[in-house]
Amino acid sequence: MTIKLDRPDDRGRFGEFGGRYAPETLMPALEELEEAFAEAWADPGFRAEFSEILTTYIGRPTPLHPARRLSEELGVEVLLKREDLAHTGAHKINNAIGQGLLARRMGKPRVIAETGAGQHGVATATAAAYFGLECTVYMGEVDIERQALNVLRMEILGAEVVPVRTGAGTLKDAVSEAMRDWVRTVEDTHYVIGSVVGPHPFPWMVREFQRVIGEEVLAQMGEDLPDVVVACVGGGSNAMGIFHPLAERGIELVGIEAAGEGISTGRHGASIGAGTPGVLHGSATYLLQDEQGRVREAHSISAGLDYPGVGPEHAYFHQTGLARYESVTDEEALAGVELLARTEGIIPALESAHAVAWVARERASLAERRVLINLSGRGDKDVEEIGKRR
Amino acid sequence: MGRERLVTLFDRTRAEGRAALLPFLTAGLPDPESSPSLFQAMARAGADGFEVGIPYTDPLMDGPVIQQGSERAIDAGTSPDVALELVATITETTGRPVLVMTYANPILHRGVDEFTAAAAAAGADGVIVADLPVEESGPLRRAAERHGLGVVQFVAPTSSTARIEAVAASDPCFVYAVAEMGVTGEREEASTRLDGLVARIREVTDVPIVAGVGISNPEQAAAAGRVADGVIVGSALVRRVLEAPDPATAATVLERTVASFAAALR
Repeated sequence: MTIKLDRPDDRGRFGEFGGRYAPETLMPALEELEEAFAEAWADPGFRAEFSEILTTYIGRPTPLHPARRLSEELGVEVLLKREDLAHTGAHKINNAIGQGLLARRMGKPRVIAETGAGQHGVATATAAAYFGLECTVYMGEVDIERQALNVLRMEILGAEVVPVRTGAGTLKDAVSEAMRDWVRTVEDTHYVIGSVVGPHPFPWMVREFQRVIGEEVLAQMGEDLPDVVVACVGGGSNAMGIFHPLAERGIELVGIEAAGEGISTGRHGASIGAGTPGVLHGSATYLLQDEQGRVREAHSISAGLDYPGVGPEHAYFHQTGLARYESVTDEEALAGVELLARTEGIIPALESAHAVAWVARERASLAERRVLINLSGRGDKDVEEIGKRR
Repeated sequence: MGRERLVTLFDRTRAEGRAALLPFLTAGLPDPESSPSLFQAMARAGADGFEVGIPYTDPLMDGPVIQQGSERAIDAGTSPDVALELVATITETTGRPVLVMTYANPILHRGVDEFTAAAAAAGADGVIVADLPVEESGPLRRAAERHGLGVVQFVAPTSSTARIEAVAASDPCFVYAVAEMGVTGEREEASTRLDGLVARIREVTDVPIVAGVGISNPEQAAAAGRVADGVIVGSALVRRVLEAPDPATAATVLERTVASFAAALR
């Protein structure tokens, strides 16, 4: 019997997680979106066009890189799935193009997005330019400061970047503000959510647009699959994109959350590792909250993992044991950046560096195994932040 | 007490040929200690009942004014427990029906049964949850029924007839007709979509319909009150409390403001 679900149940649930906890104003749009996506995804014409854009515009398939010097250094055979080489520098573009294509098909002339590290904002601004859509991106003001380069990129691409000052001024607040925009503009606007989070059908749809990562791994590796697959998890779209096609094939799947300054300090982003079940941004999942059910601020050096929730399908993977979830601190992630840069000539995004850092830390127990790291993004955007901490 | 009290309220205001005025205010504003005095001021001014907000960290359905109100109330020490204590004081001292308004997470975190029991014990009559659409509200509705509380369901201008029928079938104590697309907040223009929405709801059900979102002055309230059975005013009141230099001024300003809304509905 398989545990993993091709799609969530009629109520948008992965087991007890997911669902649709949204204001009534959005419910008709969510129903419309579910129908439109299901229809498009079953349409060979839509799939062919998506696939064509992934090839000719994004540069897929992304390479599978045997990391020889890193492997020597760690004494572990490591392979890298090079999502950092996708157009705009991260896996986020797969989903942005998929949703942009869908927005055009649904006749919505405007898209909005939230962004943390700025990678999803850049990807959505790019997709909007590609399809000729109007684009507004919500970004926390703290993130605007630490990811200034990406703000400029979005503006050059023609998007409007709106600073979000509520809460801690990070990703959670940007999602909330994008949802508030959508409640007002839903009739002519599509919300391009950037991860496998949000009310149904978003977690399912985003996973489907990202599953190309895992499917390419299957095609690239054939019978010779890795023993372990490691990916960082904020909302968790790069991880679910590679996990889902590879689940239940005898491969150990490990998601790496942000331990920030250390789990015991309370300043982290480990929603599965240190959170409890609840509802955030429209779905039932694990989140960081206080004893009265109020959402706590997350913390991570990487803006993309600085989020107090996680995609509901990851909650389901955790609960059913399809994957396990570990965490890595800010310090370890910074060391992971330097390690990969020196051994392979690749500067990873701080998010992706969490996966590298976990493999480095656990090298003794991984010695006899082949490990595939999903290198979800490149680190150009983080160079300034890394420089401050050296 | 409980849901019955809401039925009685709408029977009475319908008999008087007017819409009920249900002001919204976040509990714990400007601080927990003076919060009940603001509700007492609104009761004196002719409020028929209240929507009392339990301040939450992530109020997705609320615009900047109510977000700011929530932050201020939380900073002043208004935990969910403190908010329910305030509800008890408000129901006791004003004698008006009270609907407790919050979001799904704090309720589910506490457990729907425990939450509705606590709300009922505090004297509340109904519950409004901004991000709990009819398909997710089953557990809350069953718990509310056990404790004699009504549950409010929302209908928006975008809701299909099928959705309105599902809302009606869930036996809400009243339907909250969202007058404007968008989050809570003041609007300059009166809603152009409320009349049509109310008519569509009336075709399906005869439960009371209360209009809210974007009703920020007495003229807009009067227009909404001509079609709906009740009117909710929120941001316009929260803003005045946030702007007031001290609690006594806030109470005076609220009393005057609510009186002007009450007059518009008569």
